[in-house]
Amino acid sequence: MSQGSHVISIFNPQSAEAWKLSPLNNYLIIACSFIMIVVVGLLIYVTIKFRAKAGDAEPKQIYNNRTVEAFMIGIPFLMVSFFFYQTVKVMNETEPTVQGQVPTVVITGRQWWWQAVYPGTTVVTANEIHLPAGKKVLLQLESQDVIHDWWIPSFGPKMDMIPGVKNYLWVTIGKPGVYEGACSEFCGKQHAWMRIKVIADSPADYQQWLLNKSKAALPPADTLALAGAVIFNKKSCADCHSIRGTPAQGKSGPDLTHLASRTTLLAGMMTNTKEHIKRFINNPEGVKPGVRMPRFIFKKDTVNALVAYLSNLK
Amino acid sequence: MEGTYIPEPEEELPGLNVSNSQGLLQWISSVDHKQIGILYLFLAVLFLLLGGAAALLMRIQLALPGSTFLSPEMYNQLFTMHGTTMIFLVLTPAILGFSVYIIPLMIGANDLAFPRMNAFGLWITFFGGLLLYFSFLAGGAPDAGWFNYAPLNQRQYSPGPGIDYYCAGLLLVGAGTVGTSINLVVTIIYFRVEGMTLGKMPVFVWMVLINSCLVVGAFPPLNAALSMLLLDRQLQSHFFNLMGGGSPIVWQHLFWSFGHPEVYILILPPFGMLSEVFQVYSRKPIFGYGFVVGSGIAIALLAFGVWVHHMFVTGLGNTVYNFFAASSMLIGVPTGIKIFNWIGTMWGGSLRFTTSMLFAIAFLVEFTIGGLSGVAFAVVPVDWQLTDSYFVVAHLHYVFVGGSLFGILAGLFYWFPKMSGHMISEKLGKWFFWLFTIGFNLTFFVHHILGIKGMPRRVYTYPDISGYSLLNLTSTIGAFLMGFSVLFLLYILRKSVKTGEKAPNDPWDAYTLEWITSSPPALKNFDRLPPVYSLRPLRDLKQSSQLQNHTDGINTNILPSKSDRGGSFEKNDN
Repeated sequence: MSQGSHVISIFNPQSAEAWKLSPLNNYLIIACSFIMIVVVGLLIYVTIKFRAKAGDAEPKQIYNNRTVEAFMIGIPFLMVSFFFYQTVKVMNETEPTVQGQVPTVVITGRQWWWQAVYPGTTVVTANEIHLPAGKKVLLQLESQDVIHDWWIPSFGPKMDMIPGVKNYLWVTIGKPGVYEGACSEFCGKQHAWMRIKVIADSPADYQQWLLNKSKAALPPADTLALAGAVIFNKKSCADCHSIRGTPAQGKSGPDLTHLASRTTLLAGMMTNTKEHIKRFINNPEGVKPGVRMPRFIFKKDTVNALVAYLSNLK
Repeated sequence: MEGTYIPEPEEELPGLNVSNSQGLLQWISSVDHKQIGILYLFLAVLFLLLGGAAALLMRIQLALPGSTFLSPEMYNQLFTMHGTTMIFLVLTPAILGFSVYIIPLMIGANDLAFPRMNAFGLWITFFGGLLLYFSFLAGGAPDAGWFNYAPLNQRQYSPGPGIDYYCAGLLLVGAGTVGTSINLVVTIIYFRVEGMTLGKMPVFVWMVLINSCLVVGAFPPLNAALSMLLLDRQLQSHFFNLMGGGSPIVWQHLFWSFGHPEVYILILPPFGMLSEVFQVYSRKPIFGYGFVVGSGIAIALLAFGVWVHHMFVTGLGNTVYNFFAASSMLIGVPTGIKIFNWIGTMWGGSLRFTTSMLFAIAFLVEFTIGGLSGVAFAVVPVDWQLTDSYFVVAHLHYVFVGGSLFGILAGLFYWFPKMSGHMISEKLGKWFFWLFTIGFNLTFFVHHILGIKGMPRRVYTYPDISGYSLLNLTSTIGAFLMGFSVLFLLYILRKSVKTGEKAPNDPWDAYTLEWITSSPPALKNFDRLPPVYSLRPLRDLKQSSQLQNHTDGINTNILPSKSDRGGSFEKNDN
């Protein structure tokens, strides 16, 4: 829907934290450009001016010049000191320590999807994470298996998710919208398809969203979907997936209670359509090689029933 | 008996009594530092072709979004092998090759201190490399990256045998590298010709000395980490396994406390090569010898205190980051000193733009780009944004290729006539220079932009958003240009050896002792040498014998006898 609607770039800051970082990006670009111009400028001058001519005598042999050396050491040293001061200042402003605050959302990296749990509510979702805009929120970042890394370029810093460690990130999103990012630490076969989508809502919309998503799943709408629900619980689906309000309480796969209200499947790999759900159930390994979901040899009708059930879970 | 004692190993020079036939068996059994040096270079070329092929396959896969040319399993194996190969089996052997070939010649010795250990180092590296590559046949190559982070490197997440081969292969390769480095340290300290005090050692010798000490210090953490990992995988210990009370972060500390010095290990010897190249083609002594050498020592010491800048997003906390931000920024200063000293060396000189010099000058531009993009990772808040993105891929290739490899190529074109006895056609050399430089920049410059646009590293594919597709296609085209130019280089080298003009002893009007002897040097490097009075003994020799225009025949007749060494030596003493 809104894929590609915002420019993914560190030069498109959309959070207060990213805004705090961006002057430093600019200072660095200015300093680097200055040094680059000096080096390339000197090289152009030297290569034109001092080109050997036929019959040149040996040029004057200069071994050292302490004044020049002092500048060579002094100027970079001053620049480095300036950047060190700025680094410490910006670092402490952007990511102050977390003193016992309850996070707004606990995000857990898994091979290869994101689980989002909202403390204080019953909401559990995956891959498309809703956050309130205009409010300073705290993300708690964890991992269930290997090291992952949370990064939305428009929000500034990234942060590793390490098994056994709780890491935190502050984010104050400027305005409602959809923001994209991706897992940035190599985490195995499907590292490429571990994309992040954050949907920032206005505070009122966010409260409404939380309210909606804390509800149990909708009951199946028609007989086909009802058949799907039965199969879901009877076959192995429920061992791994949760659908709140039903017996399905598996914890190792994404929560599917409100699957149909997400726009994409498989951590951003494809849009959420019946056709795509069907393709994935028929051959998980073929769609996303390495994925943990096993391949079940289902009859065509069985798959249709499952798809009817799942695509109804608004 | 005039001249000077030429240091050589205590045992009779091995192989001196072997017939001079250069058959394959003679090469394999050789303990002569020149033959071993050349074999090291062949080793580097062999693995360059393998690592380069892996890179091209990766670039084909990434040319278009959503491509299915390679499976994710295969892609992960290829990028792991590409990184591991290029670092341990291409750049390191290339540097060691030049070191073991040139160092004894430059310090006026007849061989390294331990010729047999030298051969051991070469062959253990070769077999370690073969063992690593055998993993492809044994059920899958390592697939957790050259950095091989825990817990992805555990059997649970990487059940194939690849990572076991990674551990075993790198332990062997590391043993060879450490052995050769110790050999070089001992040789440089004990085998210098009379008069070559530490203060009169050529910069290349200094850099190899510093570098060899760095190797000896940096490899133990790697070997420890590899051994611990092997125990984890084979005997179910749990150094890095959280479930058993281990810590995945420990791997990162151990790996990078090796890995960051390793980066400097791959750049210091090329710094030394460039220092020789700039002097000779500018016809001036190195500007600020003390500063160039001193900054090398500073880099080596600081190198052990910067590793956490690879870990600024692991959540270690701002206090830790402060220290490592400071040390990482500080290490930029001595690196900058070198750049400006090389420009100072060219300043006021009489510059000859040979292929070697072109690579040296291009190095100054490429390496400055790589160095400056590296500062981005010392500035913690900028690192938070750019680390693990394609920006790092751009940075590290500007440092390893634009830095190390450009330096090595400058050295190759400089020393090739000495090593092979043949000149390289300057015309072909310059074609290669332009093809390679354009290909390299085309491939890697766009990676900066990809990183800024949020594309993560180490992905086997990417969605068609944010202009990723065009940038990736550009990079792939550049990579093929680079690949082609590497083959072209091999063609040029072969052609030069077969039909190239014969090289005189001192084709470049150079300054250091290796240019006194024949091209290529005989099995015994030197029969006689002049004592060393300055940084540039060959220049002193040429001046004192009034031989302003060098010719092929610097024969022993013109070596100064003790009586006629004039004051002219002291005059130019640094």
